[in-house]
Amino acid sequence: MDVAIVGVGLHPFGRFGDVTGIEMGAIAIRRALADAGVEWRDIQFAFGGSYEIDNPDAVVALMGLTGIPFTNVYNGCATAASVLTLAANTIRLGEHELGLAVGMDKHLPGAFSADPRLYACPSWYGELGHFVTTKFFGMKINKYMHDHGISTSTLARVAAKNYRNGALNPNAFRRKPLSEEAILASRMLNHPLTQYMFCSPDEGAAAVVLCRADQAPRYSAKPIYLRASAVRTRRLGAFEVHSPWLPIEETAGPTVDASRAAFETAGIGPEDVDVIQLQDTDAGAEVIHLAENGFCADGDQETLVADGELEIGGRLPVNTDGGLIANGEPIGASGLRQVHEVVLQLRGQAGERQVPGDPKVGYTQLYGAPGVAGVSILSV
Amino acid sequence: MARVPVAEGVFTWSDDPQLIGSRCSACGIVTFPVQDSCPRCGSTDMAERLLPRRGRLWAWTTQEFPPPSPPYAGPTGDAFVPFGVGYVELAGEVKVETRLTEANALRIGMDMELVLVPFRTDDGGNEVVTFAFRPVG
Repeated sequence: MDVAIVGVGLHPFGRFGDVTGIEMGAIAIRRALADAGVEWRDIQFAFGGSYEIDNPDAVVALMGLTGIPFTNVYNGCATAASVLTLAANTIRLGEHELGLAVGMDKHLPGAFSADPRLYACPSWYGELGHFVTTKFFGMKINKYMHDHGISTSTLARVAAKNYRNGALNPNAFRRKPLSEEAILASRMLNHPLTQYMFCSPDEGAAAVVLCRADQAPRYSAKPIYLRASAVRTRRLGAFEVHSPWLPIEETAGPTVDASRAAFETAGIGPEDVDVIQLQDTDAGAEVIHLAENGFCADGDQETLVADGELEIGGRLPVNTDGGLIANGEPIGASGLRQVHEVVLQLRGQAGERQVPGDPKVGYTQLYGAPGVAGVSILSV
Repeated sequence: MARVPVAEGVFTWSDDPQLIGSRCSACGIVTFPVQDSCPRCGSTDMAERLLPRRGRLWAWTTQEFPPPSPPYAGPTGDAFVPFGVGYVELAGEVKVETRLTEANALRIGMDMELVLVPFRTDDGGNEVVTFAFRPVG
């Protein structure tokens, strides 16, 4: 049973004072329903993702108490990819025909924190100051630059691109272009990553209406098909966040595993993809993820970035809506924001940031703590 | 004022300290710190193992802002001093994540050695000591 996306909706990402996560979720849902031309009472099931909100299904108090199965999901930084996968699989199983995936979050400013014991790490690991995700990303890109000849100016160019794309996106958190010089001159947080090379935790919501592919023409003049959606966790030997130790043996990370699985399911390859959304927790993560998802060889990013190939008009347009760097990361919503952007691009509705040449295939990837990744592949 | 370790069972308390890890009797993988089951083969037959004191720097960065507290318990505000952090590969056995005594002039592949360094002063006035690695040579 194939699955189609027939509606997308977004509550902008940023800071919204007293507006609750649930209220943002309801706004995103209403926009997705309107986009699909359906009513809330038509929705047969839902999955809701969040880190901060214990019960995303409380949104039914605002939408309508229709009694549908509504399952809440938290799965680290791949929460939204998990919500999408579970919703799609529910349709593939033939259990329901029309459903909803929604993500919402409302984080406090500053780096994420938690009790390290909840991540199977000892207390002293946190006491010493090692339980910091940004430090992992600093180490990973620093080593990657050493091994594959990537320069600091490439990191600044990637961040500048994402701020530039964010300026074209009315829903983005950061809508001011920043120069490479300003990015390099901002405060060093974890060498070689400066403050403006990182995304920030923030607030927002996104929703997607899915249906059986054979019914999609009822709802949408241009349905977008979900060709694959895969979630993977780390294997022993992957270089992962929150690891007090690593074995001598080295293996690929969960992004590589999720990407390969998704491409295999979809029956297409990286060369077929026209628009790409990658997890840019920091500029270095976008550089690494470009290779981990199969879009280039390790080290080729230096030339690709210098030649502008990751720009909206380039050969590999990456993070056309500004990515996490310009949108921030409300964990529960982040991956559905990526899907929202890819759907607009494939429909030709992305306005000023539209990828030229009538893109046919889009790709999204999430990665983060505690070593989990999610990939989806969409096509017209 | 007494000197106390940041936690028991993490390193030996001597002039030539060693980290305390464990080794799986079934598959041979070495972990740090000690854990009572094997992340590779699932065996619960793990034996304590004292790790080599020297190794090579495998990856590094700097921590230039005070980590969120809790869980971070070290100096904050004006007392915070940026520090280096990285993984040191210990003689083909295991890579351990560690504070580094330097935040500058670090390079991947350099030789490193385990030392004990002051971390903070606790409420009882004791000097809390942690492990770190310093460049040698």
